[in-house]
Amino acid sequence: MSRLKESNTAMEQPHLSLVDLVKVFRDGSGSETRAVDGISLDINRGEFVTLLGPSGCGKTTTLRMIAGFEQPTDGEIRVRGENISRVPPFERNMPMVFQSYALFPHLTIFENIAYGLKIRKADREVIRNEVAVASQMVNLVGLENRYPGELSGGQQQRVALARALVLKPEIILFDEPLSNLDAKLRIQTRTEIKRVQHMLGITAIYVTHDQAEALSMSDKIVVMNRGQIMQVGSPEDVYNHPANPFVADFIGNANFLESRITAVGDSSVTVEIGGSSFEIRAERVYDGAAVGDEVYVSAKPEAMDISEGPGDLMGRVDVNSFVGATTEYKVEFDGQFITVIHSNSGGSVKLFHLDDEVAIHLYPEYCRVYRR
Amino acid sequence: MSHNTGGAIIGREWGLRGTIVIVFALLALFILYPIFSVLRMSLTPDGVFSFEVYRSVFAHSRYFLAIRNSIMLGMIVATLATTIGFLMAYAVERLRIPGRQFFRTLAILPIISPPFMFALSVILLFGRSGLITRHLLNLDVGTIYGLKGLILVQTINLFPIAYMTLSGILQGIDPDLETCALNLGARRTHAFFTVTLPLAMPGILASWLIVFVTSMTDFGNPIIIGGDFDVLSVRAYLEFTGMGNLPRGAALAILLLTPTVLFFSLQKRIMNRKSYQTITGKSARRSMLPVPAAATIGFTAFAVVLSVFVIMLYGTIIAGSFIRLWGVDWSFTLDHFAYSWDVGASTMGRTVFLALLSTPITALLGMIIAFLVVRRRFAGRHLMELLAMLSYAIPGTAIGIGYVLAFNGAPFRWSGTAFILVTAYVFRNVPIGVEGGIAALKQISSEIEESSTNLGANSSYTFRTVTLPLIRPAFFAGATFAFVRAMTAISAIIFLVSARWNHMTVLILAQTEILRLGAASVMSFALIVVVMTVIFVIMKVTGLERSQVFGTGAAR
Repeated sequence: MSRLKESNTAMEQPHLSLVDLVKVFRDGSGSETRAVDGISLDINRGEFVTLLGPSGCGKTTTLRMIAGFEQPTDGEIRVRGENISRVPPFERNMPMVFQSYALFPHLTIFENIAYGLKIRKADREVIRNEVAVASQMVNLVGLENRYPGELSGGQQQRVALARALVLKPEIILFDEPLSNLDAKLRIQTRTEIKRVQHMLGITAIYVTHDQAEALSMSDKIVVMNRGQIMQVGSPEDVYNHPANPFVADFIGNANFLESRITAVGDSSVTVEIGGSSFEIRAERVYDGAAVGDEVYVSAKPEAMDISEGPGDLMGRVDVNSFVGATTEYKVEFDGQFITVIHSNSGGSVKLFHLDDEVAIHLYPEYCRVYRR
Repeated sequence: MSHNTGGAIIGREWGLRGTIVIVFALLALFILYPIFSVLRMSLTPDGVFSFEVYRSVFAHSRYFLAIRNSIMLGMIVATLATTIGFLMAYAVERLRIPGRQFFRTLAILPIISPPFMFALSVILLFGRSGLITRHLLNLDVGTIYGLKGLILVQTINLFPIAYMTLSGILQGIDPDLETCALNLGARRTHAFFTVTLPLAMPGILASWLIVFVTSMTDFGNPIIIGGDFDVLSVRAYLEFTGMGNLPRGAALAILLLTPTVLFFSLQKRIMNRKSYQTITGKSARRSMLPVPAAATIGFTAFAVVLSVFVIMLYGTIIAGSFIRLWGVDWSFTLDHFAYSWDVGASTMGRTVFLALLSTPITALLGMIIAFLVVRRRFAGRHLMELLAMLSYAIPGTAIGIGYVLAFNGAPFRWSGTAFILVTAYVFRNVPIGVEGGIAALKQISSEIEESSTNLGANSSYTFRTVTLPLIRPAFFAGATFAFVRAMTAISAIIFLVSARWNHMTVLILAQTEILRLGAASVMSFALIVVVMTVIFVIMKVTGLERSQVFGTGAAR
């Protein structure tokens, strides 16, 4: 990290860096929780970075440390190389869009958006103009004199966004801002946020547990679990090349089939599942694989299919849920449960019933092998 | 992964740090230091450390009896007042008897009355020349002065505290639970005893404890109607002021303080354990099952009898204001008003002035402490809350003695000044504001204030533009209570008043002692009118409803 920093010129420096960041919470009984357990991360100017992970993974704590609401137990937060860990939150100029929106209920929409400008002692005329511009940017024109309580959830969300944008920040923080919206509005708002962020060239740090949100918005996804970073990469990267079973499971809802390596070739590895052999390309297998290794073969639901059979892997339908374009099956195979998403497109599609015998097809080109 | 409570880091916020230091200094100076002074006085009677004073207190039957009496009185009154309070709360909140609004209002009245007003009217009704005992029934039921009278007046005075606590508790128990018990085959009474009563039990215990503590620390009623029945608070006052035995008065105050602080913290602990709050929000106001007519009639009759009695006590005070010489000459007169004006007008003016002066200070300090404690993380946060709440538990007698001892000489020579009275009001009453402020802040997502910080506001800006407007109701509720309590104070300030800065309650007490009961009635009446007027104005100006001002925080 330090070597990297020295070799970079000021221009090429990352916009925001987290360096070995640690946050330990102590509760009343004195027991400790390592909410964030030594994470390091570089974020470039204008990048849209998502912290993705299950609840309790440390993503919100990380965001709150960046905002200054939590004091890191250890490590540094740097903006253009300068450690800001001791800068109070109100001097950081990294407005945040909260999950609850956190609008001031006693102030009008105009006053809400103008709040930060007033603190900065901006001119009344300037405030009026800036608020108008920000309102326009997020389609809020005409609501300036209402109170937050009179607005819909989607509108409140946009006020929260405008209130942050009006400060023309270089870094903007999002804490699960869409989780209180209904599904349709969520998709609409997510393109909206992405559009504005891209247009203004703001560096965005976005916390979510929703993989679809992360995949569709981010330039870079940081998958976290138990306070640690599991993988950093582009959406395609993280989705197609998960670095470990956790990422494969969390991003792709992958199935993990218990397996064993039976042969290791130059460019491929052979694994055995339920008596059948599958050949998987070496770059999809962990380094140092050896014959006899106990492994997991991970396969995303859409990397598999089922048919009436016969086939190599025969299973029994345990759950079937028809969801329109696809049907999701849970198939019991060799004591394990496997999730398969079966496309319903095309003419006559066979729907399987509970307890039907079905053949499971595995496409090795989409599988990955992890050490068990 | 909820954010653990507590707000932004303090970092380099010097204004905030300064505020924290000042608040700690004030709490130390006006709460800890006086109590320390009392303790020191009781332990160093002749300048050297010894337990001699305490030994003699326990050796003399007179003091030992006062301790025993205080505890006995507290237990009896706590049991009676909690029972009545529960019945009233159950009738109003659960059975929804007719005239609920009226009963709710009535239950608040004793809280805003002068501390010994009921003692005064009970003397007028049941005393040596009492209207009922002597003139209507011509009974000789023995003297009303003593335990009997004290039980009567304290029960009437304190059952509203139990009522307030318990109606809050009952509102927090989902009525569907009882309905569900009936649905599962329980009879009504069975459902009550197996579901509602057990769920209300922590509240009942808490209410018992708080009434016990309040009864033990009561000074106004026992000094007027206690007679030979000696209690700790009065004994401490008499030793300290009457006999000039400072160490012994101090020791008695410490003996009074110890159980009250203990019981008070126990009560707080019970009330803070929210595990019995079963309301989920959804069915909060769901209609209750129809109540059997017999139950409605029975409970209504009970409520009516109680109300009639309370109203009669107020009526007696009003009547007493116009009667020349109670029990002897029943003719109508306005002389008491003229006399009271001459004797009390300036005292009333000063009492109101100092109460009004202390009110905004108390409320603001309360909100600031609540803000710091709930929303800012700093070393000693819990200590600050503890100190601020501590003065709630300290008997007025101990505070009064403490202020006399602590601020009588260098470096704090404030005795006899208005300043000492105002500080006594502020620090005696600040816990109400703190408690209300904390409760209000816990209702408001901390993200709202965080977003203010995040947009660039420092703590003081956030407090002024976001926190304070959001907890406005708590501020005014705290202010109202601070005012009421300043106007009706006696146990502490009787040690602190001076010829120049007298207090209305002390003046009324003096009138009672010289048996000018007519004048005492007029002054009590006037005090109630002033208090009610100010409350009315506050509610009108702020647009707050009574329930917002007198929430369960009314339980002192």
